[in-house]
Amino acid sequence: MNIAILRFGGSNCDLDVQKALNNLGVGAELVWYKETLKNYDGAIIPGGFSYGDYLRAGAIAARTKIMQSVAQMAADGKPILGICNGAQILSESHLVPGTFTLNQYPKFICKWVKLRTVGKSPFTDLTNAIVDLPIAHKEGRYVVDPLLLKELYENDQVVFKYVDENGRPTLAANPNGSLDNIAGISNLEKNVLAMMPHPERASEKLLGSTDGDAIFESMVRYIKAL
Amino acid sequence: MFNYYNPTVTAMLYRAEITIKLKNGMLDPEATTIKNALKHLGYECQSVKQAATYELEFTADSRASATDLVNGMCQRLLANPIIHDYDVRITEQSRRDR
Repeated sequence: MNIAILRFGGSNCDLDVQKALNNLGVGAELVWYKETLKNYDGAIIPGGFSYGDYLRAGAIAARTKIMQSVAQMAADGKPILGICNGAQILSESHLVPGTFTLNQYPKFICKWVKLRTVGKSPFTDLTNAIVDLPIAHKEGRYVVDPLLLKELYENDQVVFKYVDENGRPTLAANPNGSLDNIAGISNLEKNVLAMMPHPERASEKLLGSTDGDAIFESMVRYIKAL
Repeated sequence: MFNYYNPTVTAMLYRAEITIKLKNGMLDPEATTIKNALKHLGYECQSVKQAATYELEFTADSRASATDLVNGMCQRLLANPIIHDYDVRITEQSRRDR
């Protein structure tokens, strides 16, 4: 198995994601955006500040040629995971509905949050599980046409919500003002997931949580079953 | 027949002023912060909106094609259609024979 980890100028969680995957015994190759995407089993777009967040977070990276290859991989049914800036790039590429924009309190937030897995997703084998993951972003407020929201729930496209310790998506548990506490959203086919929290930063006991591993493990199981 | 020189085909220099702003009703946390800061200075505003402006110069064969080009730029990169509206003002800068 070989998973591509995309690198743009300004990506900075690429090595962390690779280490998290390697710790699980999964092969992962770093792919610079000017290179061609070979026959990979899946792709992860890691966090960072691609192109200095110029214009809008993820906007420039989304228009690079390699993202056309990612769109093709997505159309082929391969799993694509975008984390933080990667999530912003996926939304700017229109591979997931909605967009991530400036936090309600317009500052960078870096903290641990609780998330509940909502819809069924290849990236979360458990539904209604509560996981601890950190967030680190300034543009993470999820926005989508409210008329589309019902459809997103009906289609199981809402994957993660910010919740309190009892699993309730309260106002206080919403760190950035995301619509309906949404922290992760997938495409209709479910093989593309854009999430603001960082699973790779919760992939070793030393880091305070290993809950992030479940996401990578689910992705790997999904690939094996393809 | 191939025309080596066709004086009827001309390219013009156009200037576009593009304003990208959040759609009505969209939360604008930066503008809210600015509104509060103005209030601290004694300026009470009913509303404050923030927008980005781009000024571009480019050549096009006609005003219609200049408009098409700018709309393409806005829809494909400069604006995010989920959250933004945009206004465009195009002016002809000069005439040059191609």
